[in-house]
Amino acid sequence: MKKKTQKLAFLGLLTAIAMAFAYVEVLLPPLFTAVPGIKLGLPNIVIIFVLYRIGVLEAAAVSLVRMIAVSLLFGNPMTFAYSLAGAILSLAAMAILKKIDLFSIVGVSVAGGVLHNVGQILLAMIVLGTAELGYYLIILAISGTIAGVFVGLAGSFAVKRIRLDKFDNNRR
Amino acid sequence: MNQINGPEKHSDADKKRKIRNDLILISVLIAILAIAGLMFMLLRVEGDVVVVEVNGERCGSYALSIDRTVEIRTGEDGEELNLLVIKDGKAYVESATCPDGICAAHRPISKSGESIICLPHKVVITVVKLSGDVIEPDVIA
Repeated sequence: MKKKTQKLAFLGLLTAIAMAFAYVEVLLPPLFTAVPGIKLGLPNIVIIFVLYRIGVLEAAAVSLVRMIAVSLLFGNPMTFAYSLAGAILSLAAMAILKKIDLFSIVGVSVAGGVLHNVGQILLAMIVLGTAELGYYLIILAISGTIAGVFVGLAGSFAVKRIRLDKFDNNRR
Repeated sequence: MNQINGPEKHSDADKKRKIRNDLILISVLIAILAIAGLMFMLLRVEGDVVVVEVNGERCGSYALSIDRTVEIRTGEDGEELNLLVIKDGKAYVESATCPDGICAAHRPISKSGESIICLPHKVVITVVKLSGDVIEPDVIA
């Protein structure tokens, strides 16, 4: 019981960090204003940490709560839908790649970054009923690859270095 | 096994193998994207008509050869505006009332398959080629 509460509080803290990352990202100057959707994906550092250190379901929960909260605070239902489409594909890809254990955290993060963009473009194609967005997908996928490397490096440092001795895993 | 306490332990050989796989993944991704992007650019031909779609429905098409200005009004009572300008065979959005202004920042388009998209207003402006071979833009997607 106590451990459950501890874990819940810990996941809440991580969600808050992910939200802060999302906010910091908005404050950063955009690199290419002409192409929407290019961003680092800093909240993914937290998601990777949760995925590797706690579990897939917990990572999905943190991701979902973060997106709902960020959309309520800074976005609208449409931005939420786009984030959700990206996050579902991204997390699914990362969970599968982690499971098959062929890549390090950086590779998993790159796949997650690219798939995030793929999810968003797919939804945009459905919403707008146009296939013209294939052109954006190439640019976004390149940016997703590069962002994925940096986020993956940051994530792997977090996964390796952060120690949480208060949480033991006897329960598992 | 998931460990909340400490990181998972890996042997050095395992680590090296994974980093090599990472590099392969990244190189393959970049190669595919570069080829796709290159094909996209090379296959592009100058278009001749600008098609305006709102909410997935075509609501107008204009020849690129005739200079003109088109007011694209969307929203419930037409309060959302994208001002499309066609000039010197190129089309661009001069100004827009959308919150992000991405469409107005987009460079002028003139090649078949190129598009300017305003997500907030659900406006898609696409250049197409009516005569000759039409390049299907969804080959990449």
